[in-house]
Amino acid sequence: MIEKHYDAVVFGGGSAGLAAAVRIAGQGCSVAVLERENELGGILNQCIHNGFGIQRFKEDLTGPEYAERFIEMVEELDNVSIFLETTALEVTHGTPHSVFAYSKRYGVIKIECRAIVLAMGCRERNRGNIGIPGTRPAGVFTAGLAQRLINIDGYIPGRRAVILGSGDIGLIMARRLTWVGVEVLGVIEIQGYPSGLTRNIVQCLNDFNIPLYLSHTLSEIRGKDRVTGVTVTPLQDGKTVTAKSFDLDCDTILLSVGLIPDNELSRKFGVSLNPETGGPFVDAGLMSSVPGVFACGNVLHVHDLVDYVSEESERCASFVVEYLNGTYNPLLHHPIVSGANVKYVIPNKYLPGMTNRFYLRSLIVKNKAELVISLEGEPLKRKNLAHVQPSEMVSFSLDEQDLSRGSESREKKLEVSIY
Amino acid sequence: MERKMVCISCPLGCRLTVTWEDENDIAVKGNKCAKGESYAQEEILAPKRVVTATVRAATGAVRRLPVKTNLPMLKGYIPALLNRIYKLELRPPIVRGQVLLKNIEGTGVDLVATRNLKKV
Repeated sequence: MIEKHYDAVVFGGGSAGLAAAVRIAGQGCSVAVLERENELGGILNQCIHNGFGIQRFKEDLTGPEYAERFIEMVEELDNVSIFLETTALEVTHGTPHSVFAYSKRYGVIKIECRAIVLAMGCRERNRGNIGIPGTRPAGVFTAGLAQRLINIDGYIPGRRAVILGSGDIGLIMARRLTWVGVEVLGVIEIQGYPSGLTRNIVQCLNDFNIPLYLSHTLSEIRGKDRVTGVTVTPLQDGKTVTAKSFDLDCDTILLSVGLIPDNELSRKFGVSLNPETGGPFVDAGLMSSVPGVFACGNVLHVHDLVDYVSEESERCASFVVEYLNGTYNPLLHHPIVSGANVKYVIPNKYLPGMTNRFYLRSLIVKNKAELVISLEGEPLKRKNLAHVQPSEMVSFSLDEQDLSRGSESREKKLEVSIY
Repeated sequence: MERKMVCISCPLGCRLTVTWEDENDIAVKGNKCAKGESYAQEEILAPKRVVTATVRAATGAVRRLPVKTNLPMLKGYIPALLNRIYKLELRPPIVRGQVLLKNIEGTGVDLVATRNLKKV
C-alpha cells in the first residue's frame, strides 16, 4: 500500500474543492485533492448553460468555463497533487489524520494529513426519497442524471417528457430537452410558488410555452417496461382533488425535487450533522465537530450560485491554513442561531474581532423584508432586504464594530430573524 | 396589443403589463425601476437569448464539446442555429473561446467552444 503525507487533503475536485485547494496551496501548504471522476470540475462540467460567475468574475460564463478557470489555477501550483478516479473510503482522525482511499491507478492508498476539507458536494433526491405511487418502469430519471446523459455522454433520454419539481436543474433541463428535440409536456410543482430562480422560469419555460402546474402533484406513474404516462392531480389546502386529475402521455419523467449534501463518509467518521442543512455543524472558521476537519460548498449546505461556493471555500481554506499554522482557536467562537422565519444560518458560530460572513435561507416569501440580528432580544444590526424567498439564499456580514456592541454582555448567543 | 411578462433584470421579478399601438410607443406598467422598461422594450422589439449546446467530438478526451454563442442571439434565429450546431463534428485540439461558426447569418454573433478539447 502506497503511503503519502500532505498538510491537507481535500475530498472532491469540484468547485468547492478546487477553490479550497488553490487557496491552501497558495499559502505554501501541501495539498492532495481526491476526485472520484476521471476529470476535475465536478457538476460544472455538465452544466453547459450560462449564468455562472456573474458575481465572481463579473462575466456571464458557462459551467465548463467557470470550472476550467479554477482547474488552470490548480494546475499551476506545484504543491497540489491531484488523484483522479480516487474515492476516499475511511478516515481515522487523530494527529495526524489517516485517510484510506481507493485509486484506480495506485490501488489502496493511505494518506496522512493534519487537516481535511470536506468538499464532496451534494446528490439528488430520487423517486425513493419522495415516494410516487405507480409501476416501476424505465424512463424515470433525476434531472441531473438526464443532464449528464445529454451533455457529457451524448444520449437523449426520451421523446416526450414530464418534469416533476421546479428546481433550477429541472427548469434548465426543460429548455435543454426542448433544444435537443424532446417535447416537454409540463413542469409539476407541489408548492404554490416555483422553487427555481425567476430568470429560469422565464427563459426555460415561458420561452417555449411549457406549462408550469403549481400546487399539483404526480399521483401515478404508468407503464410496464417503459413509462407510458402519468396522472397529475391538483392540490387544494394540501389535499389532492382527485376529481380534477388529468393524464399526460409521456415516455420520460425527470425529477428535480431537491438536493442532499453528500455526507455518508463524514457521518461514518463522527462528524456531527445539522438536520436543517444536511451538512456538518461548523464553527466560525467552517471547522466541523471533528478538530482539523473543515467543510465548504454543497456538502455544507446547498447553494444556489457557484459564485457563493467559491467564496465560501476560499474563506474556509484561509482558516485551514490558520489551523495548520497553529493559530486557530475554536474556543473563542460563539453560537449564532436561526430565529423567526429563518430556516438556517451558516456558519453556526461567529468570532468577535473579525468580519464574519453568513449565508441563510428564509422560510417565507416577502417583499421589503428586514433582517434582524439580535443579542438577548436587543437588535445588534438590521438590514433591509428588497425581496426574500426560500429559493434565494441571503448573505450578510457582521464586522468587528457590529459585534463590539454586544461585547459587554455575558450572553454571547446571537439570533437571526426575518420580519 | 397587451402582454404580461416578468422582468428578470433582478430577483424582485416585477410583473409587467406592456401595452403598445406601434413599436415606437411601448408603455410599461408594474416596473419598480428603469431596468423594467428597457427589459420590456427589448422583449417586445427584439428578444435575444444566449444559446448553449454541445457538439459531437469525433475524437478527443470527451464525446461532446460544450459551446455557446458569444452574445445573445435573436430568438428567431435559434432553431436554425441549433440544427447547424448538431451537424458539426470537431477534432482536437480545440481551445476554450475558439470560434467554431463566425458571424452566424450575418448577425455578428459567433459560436465559441466553452472548454478545451485535448487529444487523448
